[in-house]
Amino acid sequence: MEFFLNRFPLYLDGALITLLMTVLGSAVAFVLAMVIGILGTLRNPVARAVATVYTEAFRGVAALILLFWFAYAVPQITPYQLSPMFAGVLALGLNVGAYGAEVVRAAINAVPRAQTEATIALNMSWARRMWLVVLPQAWAQMLPTFGNLIIELMKASAIVSLIGVADLTQVAEEQRSSSGETVLAFGSALVMYFVIAQVLIFGMRLLERRANRRLGRAPAGGGLLDLLRPPTPGTKVGAAK
Amino acid sequence: MQQSESTHSTETAGVQSAQEAPGGEIIRFDKVVKRYGSNVVLNELDFSVAPGERVTLIGPSGSGKTTILRLLMTLEDIDGGVIWVNGEPLSHMRRGDKLVKANEAHLRSVRKNIGMVFQQFNLFPNMSVRKNITEGPVHSLGVSKDEANQRAEELLDLVGLNEKIDAHPTQLSGGQQQRVAIARALAMRPQILLLDEVTSALDPELVAGVLDVLRNIAQTTDITMLCVTHEMSFARDVSHRVLMFDAGQVAEEGPPEQIFGDPQEERTKSFLKAVLEHG
Repeated sequence: MEFFLNRFPLYLDGALITLLMTVLGSAVAFVLAMVIGILGTLRNPVARAVATVYTEAFRGVAALILLFWFAYAVPQITPYQLSPMFAGVLALGLNVGAYGAEVVRAAINAVPRAQTEATIALNMSWARRMWLVVLPQAWAQMLPTFGNLIIELMKASAIVSLIGVADLTQVAEEQRSSSGETVLAFGSALVMYFVIAQVLIFGMRLLERRANRRLGRAPAGGGLLDLLRPPTPGTKVGAAK
Repeated sequence: MQQSESTHSTETAGVQSAQEAPGGEIIRFDKVVKRYGSNVVLNELDFSVAPGERVTLIGPSGSGKTTILRLLMTLEDIDGGVIWVNGEPLSHMRRGDKLVKANEAHLRSVRKNIGMVFQQFNLFPNMSVRKNITEGPVHSLGVSKDEANQRAEELLDLVGLNEKIDAHPTQLSGGQQQRVAIARALAMRPQILLLDEVTSALDPELVAGVLDVLRNIAQTTDITMLCVTHEMSFARDVSHRVLMFDAGQVAEEGPPEQIFGDPQEERTKSFLKAVLEHG
């Protein structure tokens, strides 16, 4: 405990970098997932081809190799030297975005066709249809998997330590080297990763609960402790008959 | 889910001759063909509807009744022939003296005159009752939010659900949801209202409330109505004309008194007998 408390500010700095990488990487992944996922639902063959190429290309490449590519290969073939942070965000965002795109595509396709038909009967444009009806309903279906992807991205962010980003893993490695306390150094990092994951899970469950409530599915009330349990979508509020 | 609301088969997209639009008719089916695979659902169907007319479509399952409504709402592609609405081709548009596949702008332009109520209500679960009714007019007709809200309140009064304006669809019974769906369709101020078995998904005790609302609309508006239903007493009450469908064709048509009281075709007789026995 003393080992950890004495080094807490260092671990905290590393954790903040890890959190920053997670937030920025998730933002890139989210934008890519939404755009590519929607393209994948269109009938336009070009749009679908773009979605397929992106998804298959970036799902099939190891995030670590992608990271090394941006950090070490790109400067050799272009005049640009990406900062380690930027290279990390890009690699993680592109990789996780490919998985996210499939989540978005599947969630949109899972919205009942009857809902789209109702929007056509109201003469809504495609954009209005997506924004007002399809995406809000698909959103509730995306969130549980998005939650898993964010946790995965957060854990995968440890690879940025290999290109010199001072994240939590890097801090743990430095403390191990300087103190020789392998168990305590990495044990402290384990605890910090776990705490970050719990914060992310808590946030995602808040979003899930809100999204399900908007669809009339979330149980009324429910305290914060309920967020520690997986939500139960499908529970409807009020009488159905 | 398919994003393109109405795509057209290659055959339909083929250039057709742009004949003169029929006059005095708000809807005209001109040798309309619709197939699902090798199954021909509508077989060179011809029929027309006059403005303000209320027409009930009856017939056995698979006879093409619902397909007619879905074609009119542009929810299905047409495989042959032309549908005219207000003298304009529905799934085609004019290019010179030819008719070619309609684009999105044309579809939206023609479709704005048509409203539809579905068998399964299809209310949006992510919106309140108020939003369900106002979003269409606000975003498709450009009506102000205030005006749309006022109209929503009037329509909910009409269907007897004003106290539910801020409720969520899942908090409503099936009958209440269907009445909201009727209000939502009317909020678009359609010239043509399509009713697709609107009571089929309801518990028996909820049917009367929905039918009363529709009777009221039929009596107090001049909306052209096409109604697919197995509620024969309702059809008799509100229809100007009944069309009996069989195998994608009109087997018999006439005023409800004739069709229900003195059907001429054997197919109509057997169908009505079966319906009345099970009703």
